Amino acid sequence: MVERAQPIKPRLGPKRDFAPWADPAASPLVRFERVAKRFGAISAVGRLSLDIFAGEFFALLGPSGCGKTTLLRLLAGFETPDEGRILLEGADLAGMPPYRRPTNMMFQSYALFPHLSVERNIAFGLEQERMPKPQIAARVEEMLALVKLEGFARRKPDRLSGGERQRVALARALAKRPKALLLDEPMAALDKKLRAETQFELIELQAKLGTTFVIVTHDQEEAMILADRMAVMERGRIVQVGTPAEIYEQPSSRYVADFVGDVNLLEGRLTATGASESLVHGNGGVQLRIAQPVDAAPGALVWVALRPEKVRIGLERPTEARENALAGTVVDVGYLGNLSVYKVRLDDGALMTATLSNRTRLVERTIGWNDRVWLSWPPEAAIVLTR
Amino acid sequence: MRRVFPPACSILPTLRRFLAGLSFDNYAALGSDRLYLAAYLKSLEVAAFSTLMLLALGYPFAYAMARAPRRLQAMLVMLVVLPFWTSFLIRVYAWINILQRDGLFNQMLLALGIVEEPVGWLSTNTAVYIGIVYSYFPFMVLPLYAALEKIEVSLHEAAADLGAPPWKAFWRITVPLSRPGIVAGSLLCFIPIVGEFVIPDLLGGSATLMIGQTLWTEFFANRDWPIASAVAVVLLCLLIVPILIYQHRQAREIEQGG
Repeated sequence: MVERAQPIKPRLGPKRDFAPWADPAASPLVRFERVAKRFGAISAVGRLSLDIFAGEFFALLGPSGCGKTTLLRLLAGFETPDEGRILLEGADLAGMPPYRRPTNMMFQSYALFPHLSVERNIAFGLEQERMPKPQIAARVEEMLALVKLEGFARRKPDRLSGGERQRVALARALAKRPKALLLDEPMAALDKKLRAETQFELIELQAKLGTTFVIVTHDQEEAMILADRMAVMERGRIVQVGTPAEIYEQPSSRYVADFVGDVNLLEGRLTATGASESLVHGNGGVQLRIAQPVDAAPGALVWVALRPEKVRIGLERPTEARENALAGTVVDVGYLGNLSVYKVRLDDGALMTATLSNRTRLVERTIGWNDRVWLSWPPEAAIVLTR
Repeated sequence: MRRVFPPACSILPTLRRFLAGLSFDNYAALGSDRLYLAAYLKSLEVAAFSTLMLLALGYPFAYAMARAPRRLQAMLVMLVVLPFWTSFLIRVYAWINILQRDGLFNQMLLALGIVEEPVGWLSTNTAVYIGIVYSYFPFMVLPLYAALEKIEVSLHEAAADLGAPPWKAFWRITVPLSRPGIVAGSLLCFIPIVGEFVIPDLLGGSATLMIGQTLWTEFFANRDWPIASAVAVVLLCLLIVPILIYQHRQAREIEQGG
């Protein structure tokens, strides 16, 4: 079999300066207004508000059971909110059944109709609109071309591979030109390599069509690759909304910092805070310098959050005065090929992780098990979290 | 020990004598007497109508079962199968009791004011239909339930999401996907009902002379075994037809799919 090379394309032109959420005059396509949904005694979604703008690729990210799928099903109309309103282009969706909503959903199980061929599956939604037959045929052909499934029109779903089925589901959901396409864990059933390919195809497709995509995923990497903006959810609430870069570099809490990527959290007490610099007294007795004001009173319990790739590891103590530096012993080294991961036990007992990009071919390791090392980072590399 | 076989020379004449005794006279007799034709047609008619009635009653029942909460489903299946714990014959006798002039059914109709005076239900076509529909209900419901229960809920949701109101989703998704259950249930009911003997004999009258009763009369009352076997063979041939049609359709479907 010939491996198809997957060119990694950058975001297409129009998406470069795309940021309707930053424009106070823009009105959202979808608005959740203090929406709550309970199942029996369990609150699945708790008084949550969220705006999604036209043309956005929006990700709802969270662990299983955090309410992200319920939120999507509320928008599709499969569930009705107990409280609050859901607006689409300013109009309340309350009481509108799923079959009247201008949204379409791509199901996690794909939910292809097993007794209908690929083309009949894609045509199903168009037939419900009573679209004339020649127009349906043209649209089906267009959709098959869009997902690169020409020649599969007459096949039944059980004679397709997992990846092909996924694309039929995508074509079927897009055929009606929905105002918003809802994707429920669309890649959960694909293997890792196919998933990576599909992710980039999805980005391209979304940029080309300009349709608003709302995706539900528990995979933070997937959310970051795909989304213009993402909402991190925890137990029915949204804990932070922002672009992937904002979420990664400026997480609002330890939960977000920990859920999105790896993070070192160093507990300490705030000793001083100013406009451009704050000081935190770490548990190990070392003063940590952070280039950021902190919204807390001196003496408050805070956490210094530091991404492993921003930590330098060396055998010598860094000479730069402003640099934060902690001493420790290497307890574990992981070689991942592109990266090396060092786990270091600090002298105060805390465990820290540092990752190093292997820029040159690894011939001999300079730092190994049980070496005494210095971990260091500039004040700009870390941030302080108060919750 | 050696087994003793008759020598070949004695088998051949025996066989020849046996073959010489065979004839189609009894089949011809079936055609000459209108009674047999009427009995065959009545059987097919009763079987066809009761299968349709079973389908009309069984489908909503099976659908409700498949849509019921999981823990309830096992209990509902139990309830459908429960009558099998009693003898079939006893259950049909029970219907005689229910349908007789001062039986439960008439009492209920009187109490509800639907009839002025008791109706003679026994020895009518209605009684036969009631008995058949009651007795064959599980054979229709269980295959239907098995087919309906396999249909994923997400398919209904997908149909709704693509703009199909509930009745349309039912017609375009649920019905075609439950077709194996419809065919299996219908055959499972139709075939034995054609040859049904006990129910028309006990609940029906002279108006419902089905082929099963004819067969019984020839075998045990008239003791005319040759004509009785002719009746049975023709019945068998009649029943093979729907089975062959079904198998042919299935084979074609597999060919198309595969």
